[in-house]
Amino acid sequence: MTIEESQQEIIDEFTFLADWMDKYEMIIQMGKELPMIEEQYKKPENLIKGCQSQVWLHAENKDNLLYFTADSDALITKGLVALVVKVLSGHSAKEIIESNLHFVDDIGLKSHLSPTRSNGLLSMLKQIKNYAIAFHSLEK
Amino acid sequence: MASILSSEEIKKIRSDFPLLQREIYNKRLVYLDNAATTQKPNLVLGALQKYYTDYNSNVHRGVHLLSQEATDAYEVSRKKIAKFIDAKTDKEIIFTKGTTDGINLVASSFGKKFLNEGDSVIISAMEHHSNIVPWQMICEEKNANLKVIPFNEKGELRMDEFEKLLDDTVKIIAVTCVSNSLATINPVEEIIQKAHAKNIPVLLDAAQAIQHMPLSVQKLNADFIVFSGHKMFGPTGIGVLYGKEEWLNKLPPYQGGGDMIKSVSFEKTIYNELPFKFEAGTPDISGAIVLGYAVDYINQISIERIHATEEDLMNYAMNALKTIPNIRFIGEAKNRAGVISFLLGNAHPFDTGELLDKQGIAVRTGHHCCQPVMDIFKIPGTVRASFAFYNTKEEIDMLIKGLERAAKILL
Repeated sequence: MTIEESQQEIIDEFTFLADWMDKYEMIIQMGKELPMIEEQYKKPENLIKGCQSQVWLHAENKDNLLYFTADSDALITKGLVALVVKVLSGHSAKEIIESNLHFVDDIGLKSHLSPTRSNGLLSMLKQIKNYAIAFHSLEK
Repeated sequence: MASILSSEEIKKIRSDFPLLQREIYNKRLVYLDNAATTQKPNLVLGALQKYYTDYNSNVHRGVHLLSQEATDAYEVSRKKIAKFIDAKTDKEIIFTKGTTDGINLVASSFGKKFLNEGDSVIISAMEHHSNIVPWQMICEEKNANLKVIPFNEKGELRMDEFEKLLDDTVKIIAVTCVSNSLATINPVEEIIQKAHAKNIPVLLDAAQAIQHMPLSVQKLNADFIVFSGHKMFGPTGIGVLYGKEEWLNKLPPYQGGGDMIKSVSFEKTIYNELPFKFEAGTPDISGAIVLGYAVDYINQISIERIHATEEDLMNYAMNALKTIPNIRFIGEAKNRAGVISFLLGNAHPFDTGELLDKQGIAVRTGHHCCQPVMDIFKIPGTVRASFAFYNTKEEIDMLIKGLERAAKILL
């Protein structure tokens, strides 16, 4: 599935839900399905700055595709990471760098999240793109 | 004991607060974040507009009518506040930017004059950052020590430990009347008596007390008291430092310029008398005037009735919250006021707070500027519901329903 297709799938699922409590329930459910980061990678270097709750994110390169695992001590944050990981994990660094991530806006998350969560989400996206840039420069 | 406000009275009171009529996410707003800031009644909002519409002018300087009117209103407000807290004279009322500003003023001025190397300052382990950091700063500057009164598992101060800390090196004690994160009402009378027996002055942080209970500085015999206007239905950016006249006269000015000056030459500056000695620059004139109207509003209802009503509401809320499975209270002191801090099972407080918000219920989540308190309990923060007299039992019921729904999703 391409990054665009993954985004569209998430947008469709969220559009189906009218009530924001149901949307949050889905976000939290997605968090439960998030590939868990191994304990050894839950170290300060992998903590994302900008999140008031703690978020650990680990990136791994397998056959020139980037795979992400993560965890958070807050369920909503974990769900948000899961959304981002679902869209971007398993793609090449180049695809990630060039991706236009619009699903956060399209499902209304940006405007409904508290500013701290919203900033945290932006930090996650930035961190993943930074990983991709770093891996991409190694590939060259 | 004063009578509690009837439901009809509360209904009328609520109509005085435009913001309480607001809807969020198509739901009626339930505002339970009063410890952070309170909503403002029409009397306060109208006074603010009237000031800027009718007599906006600088104070204590002009000979023109507007300046005289503004000065009169400014000083009338000082008198109202002096009367409200039972100060001996309005010279003891210094307008500040708020609680934090007042503590910084005392820490800086008192510290400069009276703290020396090896001296100590006592605070408590349940202070918010504003009553920790200014003292840390001055202690560092003067090579003095900061001593901390610990609290027990219920969130009550360990008075036995306090007495052990009270040695000859202690020069000042700064404690909160009511904890903003644990709700504990501290035994400040006892602290003051024990401190005064050793000639040690006491500063009380009344930011979470002034709006909830009658407070007489003379009965308490406190040396300094600080509080913020916005937590007592007044505007933000204005607050009060009460200080005993004898102490304020002993302290050097905090900042230079404006009203704190009697005369200036390049050789010497003569400082103004109290209270102007501590009000440098153009003060928050509108804020100070309007704070007087906030005091009028509280007086109209009566602080005794506010206290009784909120106590009744707190008891109702505590009993209702206890019915929620997996709830964990942080701070269970016998004497408490204003707030209830809790956690929903192992759910992160931000998650609980966010799910309440989406149901129209505004509570605070996080460490409430009390990181040391959270470290003691080894938690990232709490969910804090905090009450004012305009809150209702129906709103508590909505909080309970909101929490039950959040628990279904989170636990």
